[in-house]
This record gives sequence, structure tokens and C-alpha cells, in this order.
Amino acid sequence: MAVQDTPSIGALADIALAQPKSPATRPAGRTVRRLPVQKAWPTWALVTAQAGILLGALALWEVSARAGWIDAFFWSQPSAIAETMGAFFSSGDAWTDISFTFRSTIFGFLLGTTAGSLLGLSFWWSRNYAAVVQPYIICLESIPKLALAPLIILVFGIGLGSKVAVATALTLVVSTLTAYAGVKALDPDGEKLFYSLGATRLQVFRKLVVPFCLPWIISVLRVNIGLALTGAIVGEFIASQHGLGRAILYAGQTYDIALVWVAVLVLSTLAMVMYATVSWLESMLRKGVRQ
Amino acid sequence: MSSSAPKLHVDDLSMTFRTPAGAFAALAPITLTIDQGRFVSLIGPSGCGKSTIFNVIAGLLEPTGGRVLIDGVDATGTIGRVGYMLQKDLLLPWRTVLDNVILGMEIQNLPLRAARERALPLLHRYGLSGFEYLYPSALSGGMRQRAALLRTLLFDTDVILLDEPFGALDAQTKLQMQEWLMALWSDFGKTVLFVTHDIEEAIYLSDELHVMGTRPGRIVASIPVNLPRPRVRTSALTPEFLAIKQQCLELLDVNIAPSAPLNEAA
Repeated sequence: MAVQDTPSIGALADIALAQPKSPATRPAGRTVRRLPVQKAWPTWALVTAQAGILLGALALWEVSARAGWIDAFFWSQPSAIAETMGAFFSSGDAWTDISFTFRSTIFGFLLGTTAGSLLGLSFWWSRNYAAVVQPYIICLESIPKLALAPLIILVFGIGLGSKVAVATALTLVVSTLTAYAGVKALDPDGEKLFYSLGATRLQVFRKLVVPFCLPWIISVLRVNIGLALTGAIVGEFIASQHGLGRAILYAGQTYDIALVWVAVLVLSTLAMVMYATVSWLESMLRKGVRQ
Repeated sequence: MSSSAPKLHVDDLSMTFRTPAGAFAALAPITLTIDQGRFVSLIGPSGCGKSTIFNVIAGLLEPTGGRVLIDGVDATGTIGRVGYMLQKDLLLPWRTVLDNVILGMEIQNLPLRAARERALPLLHRYGLSGFEYLYPSALSGGMRQRAALLRTLLFDTDVILLDEPFGALDAQTKLQMQEWLMALWSDFGKTVLFVTHDIEEAIYLSDELHVMGTRPGRIVASIPVNLPRPRVRTSALTPEFLAIKQQCLELLDVNIAPSAPLNEAA
């Protein structure tokens, strides 16, 4: 280790002073930039922009239809839609349809989530039973359940029951697999602790397995409500006397495009309300279950 | 020597696992006798079967040979007879600290109110007051181990198995927890079987020390620790303590495998 190889302090200072000072004269290969900063818009600006887009689109649509730039028969226009909306609610079947779709969605959601979660949790009880049933569940998962919808309608008829059945079919498998994922994630040392305290299997199930898997089960509620609604609507498309899906189908077949839009808008509102409610429910349950 | 049966007697316990490669002898026949109220430690290298012994004593594993006798009664394969604390605290995150420590009593079907009434004074006495109604996520590592230990204690068995309870703690917390455990032990007079990798910890806490070897797991030496009680930190500096420590170090250094030749160059 030769000491004379290291430059002395004086030599280092000379080297430093010899460097060019201004960025302009610095040798090429190093560009200096400022950090890109995004300044957030105030809320009023954001809301104004959002409202502006919506109103602008509606205005453009209306104007295009009146001016003939787009075919008003196939596209309809906001003024006609508003008028049809009024008629739909005052003299039409609006509330019957909304109630029908809502009920079939909710029942399907509750039935599918509950039955699916219990099925998934039951896989904890017996490894053999789980091994036997699992391939069937995976098969059911892979099949697009909507493909089974015509069959279900045939079996259950065109009433509320068949829509509930389709919605249940969609949500059940999702809940089963999610609950089972929770079961598989259980720490075996946790079970060891319980058994060392002399617990029965039922005690382990009630006090360890169920509370542990609840966050998993809760996490799919939002997915399930969407799936249940999809199932209900598709069921109504195939065969139904009531419901928003039926309204959409009927309006489409009779070329009442304004009514199609009306039904779609009402359905979207219903969907958003249910989704928001389930999200709120999920956050409430999360707090109660705390992990 | 009392004529009554020892509190815990492990009689010729052996454990052989069947693997695709053939039979694997995890534990050679082990015999241990522990009297009521003693604090006994097991030290040994990883894989010497300490946890296997604990699992068998707790009834979670059926041994291929031998028996476990508690108070002279054959308790092999029965669960719920001993308190067993694993290295992880395993506190249930969805229960308050109070509801966690009463878990053992709850499983034994004691009414919840009675269980909570028994637990609260213990929580206060042993440093968890103010934390009873909080959730485990609010506790530090040391406090969680305390809660887990209190859960084991409140299970109210005479024998307690502690599997490296302080292994995951930092050095200072570990020392505090050792003092705390000593206080608990002298207050309750339980029979404790303690596993650790820390030789000093084992000597400091115990009345008796068993050094284990590996492949197969067996007891290589049993060393009584006759240091005066209550133990003080300075006893770790006494010649007696250091003599035992030296003995343990020698035993643990040599215990590689029974068939491995000793280093020729030594």
C-alpha cells in the first residue's frame, strides 16, 4: 500500500479548483434537470372539469341528433331520453321492474355468498372430503356459469326463482374458492395451540377457522354483488316477465332506443347504489373483524 | 426423596419417522424425570428433537415408543394436560388481550365472566394493566410474549412447556423477560420444561440442565445447577456458573453426529 499514490490535500484542492464552474461549460454527458412536479388541482376545478365533460357530451349528442349528423332513430337524443324516463316512471313499469331486478339480485347474492362461504369453510373439516370435492368445484369455476343460464331458466321457469338461481350460480363458486383460500392460509401452529389446550374440532372451527377466514369472505362481497346483478340481468334477457333486463330487451326488440337508454341508466343507478352499499357494509364488517 | 410419583416422567420415549428414504430415527429412547416445582432446561443444536419431545408430551404427537407419565398416570397422546407455549405468541388478532389470555379456560368451558375475573388481576400484576382491552397489534414483542405466557399460565396445569419463548426478542427485552418469568415461576410454583438455544439463559433460569445431541436426538448430559435462588444477574459471573457454561460449550461443540470422525488435527 503505497502512501505516495494517494493525492495530498493540496493536490486535491488544485484538482477541484481546476473544474469548470458553470453548467454551460461543464463537459457534455451530464445534463441537469429539475424534478417533475405535478401540482394538484383544487377540488372545484376537478368537479368543474368532470361536470363540463358530462354536459359537453350531452350537449354534443343533442345537437348532433337535431342537426342530423347522427341518425336520431338509432342513437336517440338526451331530450327524448328524458321524456321517456318521465313516462317510464309515471305510467310505465319502472318500479315493478326495479323491484324485480333488485330482489333477484339481493337474494342471489345472499344465497350464493352464504352457501359458498359455508362450503369453502367446510373443506377445513375433512381433508379427504375436500380432496374429493375440489375437482368438481374447479370444474364449476371454469365453466362460464352464464352458459348454464338457459338450462336454469328451463328448470326453474320464468319467474323470480330462475333469476335468483342464475345469480346464485355465479356467486357461489367465487365465495367457495375464496373461503377455501382463507382455510388454506391458516397457520397450522394456531391449530396446534388450540389442540394443546384440549379443544374439540368444533371449538377450533368456531373460534379459529371462522374468524380467521372472515376477512377473505368479506373481501369478495363487492365482486359478488356485481356478479349477482349480471346473473339477474342475463336471466331476464333469456326469459322474464319483469325486470330491467327484460325492459332493455323489449325496448331493443321494438326499436324504442330511448327506452333502452332509460332502462340502462336506471340499471346503472341501481348497480351503483348496491355497490356503494356493499362497500360500506364491507368497511363496517372489516372494522368489526379487525385483523 | 419423596415416595410420590414425579410430576413429569418421560419413559423411554422414542420417535421414528417413515420417510421415502427409509426409517428416520428422530429420537433415540429418552428418559426424563422432573419433580414438582422444578425448572428444567433442554439445550441442544437445531434438529435434536426438542420440539418433537414437547409435541409428544403435549399429546400432539403419538410416539413410536415409550410413554409420558404425568403424576404417575399415563398421559401419552392426551391433549390438554400441559401448558404449551410455542415460539410464536399466536395471539388471535381479532380478540382483545384479555380475551386472548382466557382462551385456555374458555376451551375448557369455564364461564367467560369467571375466566375474565381470574385473568384481570394477573394482567395487572404482571405488567399488562392498561392493555387488557387493546388488541395484540398494539403490543410490543415483549408484551405479546408476556400475554402468551399468561395465557399458558392461566390454563392452570401443573406442567408448563416453553419452547424458546424469548428467541425472537432483542437482547435487552430478553433479560427483562427472564426476570419476569422467574417472578412468575416463584409465585406459582409450576413445573417448567424450557427449551432454548441460549446457554446462559438456560443456566441462569434452571435447576437442572439437559444437554441434547442430534441424530438421533438423545440426552448427552444432565447437569444440576446448584446456584442459590433467587438468582441475580451477577451470578452469571461466578466460577460455578462459568464452570457449567464451559461444560455445556464442550458438550455442544463435540455433538456433531455420532458417526462423524473427530477432527484428526486436534
